[in-house]
Amino acid sequence: MNSNIVLAVLVSAIAFGTPLVLAGLGELLAERSGVLNLGVEGMMLMGAVSAFCVSQKMHGSTAVVLLLAVLAALVAGAAMALIHAFLSITIRVNQIVSGLAITIFAGIIGLSSYLGQVWNIGGLAGRHQFNGIDLFGLQNLPIVGPLIFNQDAFVYASWVLVLVVFYYLYRTRPGLYLRAVGENPSAADAMGINVTAYRYAHTLVGGALAGLGGAYFTLALAPIWTDGLTAGVGWIAIALVIFAFWRPDLLVLGAYLFGIFSALGPTLQTRQITVLPSEFYSALPFLMTVIALAAASTSWANRRVGTPTSLGIPYTREEG
Amino acid sequence: MTGPLRIERRLDTPKWLRLAVPLMSILLAAIIVGILLAATGHNPISTYHQMYSASVTADGALTSTFVYATPMLFTGLCAAFAFRMRTWNIGGEGQLYMGAVGASATGIMLGDWPRPLLIIAMVVGGALAGMVWACIPALLRAYLRTNEILTSLMLNYVAGFFMYYLIFDSSSYWRDLTTPGATVFPTGKTLVANASWPGITIGSFTLPMGFLLGIGLAVGLLVLIRSTRYGFEMRVMGDSPQAANYSGINTKRKIVSVMAISGGIAGIAGSSQIGDFGHVLDPRGLQQAQYGYTGIVVAALALYNPLAVVLVSLLIGGLTNAGFALEGPSFPTGLVGTMEGIILFTVLGGEILARYRIGLRHRATAPAGVGATSGAGLPS
Repeated sequence: MNSNIVLAVLVSAIAFGTPLVLAGLGELLAERSGVLNLGVEGMMLMGAVSAFCVSQKMHGSTAVVLLLAVLAALVAGAAMALIHAFLSITIRVNQIVSGLAITIFAGIIGLSSYLGQVWNIGGLAGRHQFNGIDLFGLQNLPIVGPLIFNQDAFVYASWVLVLVVFYYLYRTRPGLYLRAVGENPSAADAMGINVTAYRYAHTLVGGALAGLGGAYFTLALAPIWTDGLTAGVGWIAIALVIFAFWRPDLLVLGAYLFGIFSALGPTLQTRQITVLPSEFYSALPFLMTVIALAAASTSWANRRVGTPTSLGIPYTREEG
Repeated sequence: MTGPLRIERRLDTPKWLRLAVPLMSILLAAIIVGILLAATGHNPISTYHQMYSASVTADGALTSTFVYATPMLFTGLCAAFAFRMRTWNIGGEGQLYMGAVGASATGIMLGDWPRPLLIIAMVVGGALAGMVWACIPALLRAYLRTNEILTSLMLNYVAGFFMYYLIFDSSSYWRDLTTPGATVFPTGKTLVANASWPGITIGSFTLPMGFLLGIGLAVGLLVLIRSTRYGFEMRVMGDSPQAANYSGINTKRKIVSVMAISGGIAGIAGSSQIGDFGHVLDPRGLQQAQYGYTGIVVAALALYNPLAVVLVSLLIGGLTNAGFALEGPSFPTGLVGTMEGIILFTVLGGEILARYRIGLRHRATAPAGVGATSGAGLPS
């Protein structure tokens, strides 16, 4: 019985953690290039609403529709990121203010809600969704079966992405250049690296991944559209990057840890175990984020922290 | 290479530009929103006309514009004050909730006090609750350098759930358990008539007391920032934290006190929600309105000037009022935030245009080897 609960929490922790992995990886790439993106929550909502619209309105086989829905989410997230990139990189608006503006523009009372209403998709039941795949026919194995071999394509894609980002950052030349741009843009510029292009590219990819994280909600987690359905996950993803010390490997661990915090309430509730009020469980991920951020800024952690030195600072050549 | 655009700081901005740029920015925003409206099958001209009527000219429209503007005035001041020092208190939303919790507790507890004292007590009660809530991210920021943007934001969600717990999931002091329907439809205790703040009524128009209080606060903050030692130190810290440190300003105490004042102001927004309008702690109503986040829009559009916050709060209050009044198929709810966002984009962009000269990069740029970075870094 007890081990059942633990397994149930872990299985749904992977579900709740997946959007954090995707959006977190996106934010990590943008921040590594020196661009702080506080618009993640809005970008996720745009991804979620666009993907759900496609999955509702397109006709065709499930595989094709889902693929197009994912594409729509990527484009929607990247489009929001393009606004942020233009404002913060090209005309050098304060990145914090610009990011907040994106979240208000696209957020719960903004464009995502507007489009949901214009497209008339609020409250509709999903027509297509990602389901668990019986990977290698191993889904019936105890414990690891449901945990590892019976996830949906989204989850597997997120695992592949983690490896790709890790390899890209630490094993390729563009990855090295990216880290240089984030650490010391003027030195990178002197080396002949196009700082602006690197920042644009990684901000856009970051936005696309945030859109993908949003699409996970409407295509896999609970295929339905309601205003503001990401409910703060985008913000936790930004925090995650900080206490993962800007490292993709730690980011995955953190994402699933926060998946556990998010999964605890719903799992206990469906089993009618009410030790603490449900509001406590709902608040838990946010409380734990505050604690994790505080812990990551203690002097012990500060010795190993990897904040990109130029994070949040616009780059400009000093010229006549 | 840094792109084809060449941006340099103007030595001084001409006066006409300082006026023309914000006006052009808002006009440009109106055009962009118009295109969006037309693209989604609405007539922009008639939509704008309806909005104007719903927020200004219709019966009772102006009164209800002030109803929305009042909390935004406080949350706008909350954000503007903290942002001026580059202390990013995004927690106005949660500080407002806690202020409402504090003010309604005070109002319930001291219900038999004489009216003026009771009202003052409610203002203080809300302000203190907002302050205490803001001190959590403030202390973490000051003593551990924890990113206050994220911690203050996370606490908004926590405060929201806390408020829910008080009314919907417990037998708390705030919840009304006396009426027979109270267990089915949980509500907060309604405050005594003495606890409702007096507005000024002129004909059919009512000016809430909270708005007057907010104007007073805006003037006070302007004086504090412009003409006191405290404000001078704030501006030094905002422009250069290092310089502030070297000149012997106690930066840690400054961060805590600025965030506490900022939180206190948002707390008074909560007091005003209870005293001026609701008279009862209503978690759903408070959360739906998103006044705290809208305060950030107001502050940014006012370029962190407290007096400008008063005017901008009326503009955004009118927009929100129109949004709620016209809500329906021809005016989806999301339009309000969309418009706020687009106005923000154009005003923020326009601000830069006013301060910098933008032109195309010349081909023969001097090969400046070493670049420079500017601006203040972020806390980790």
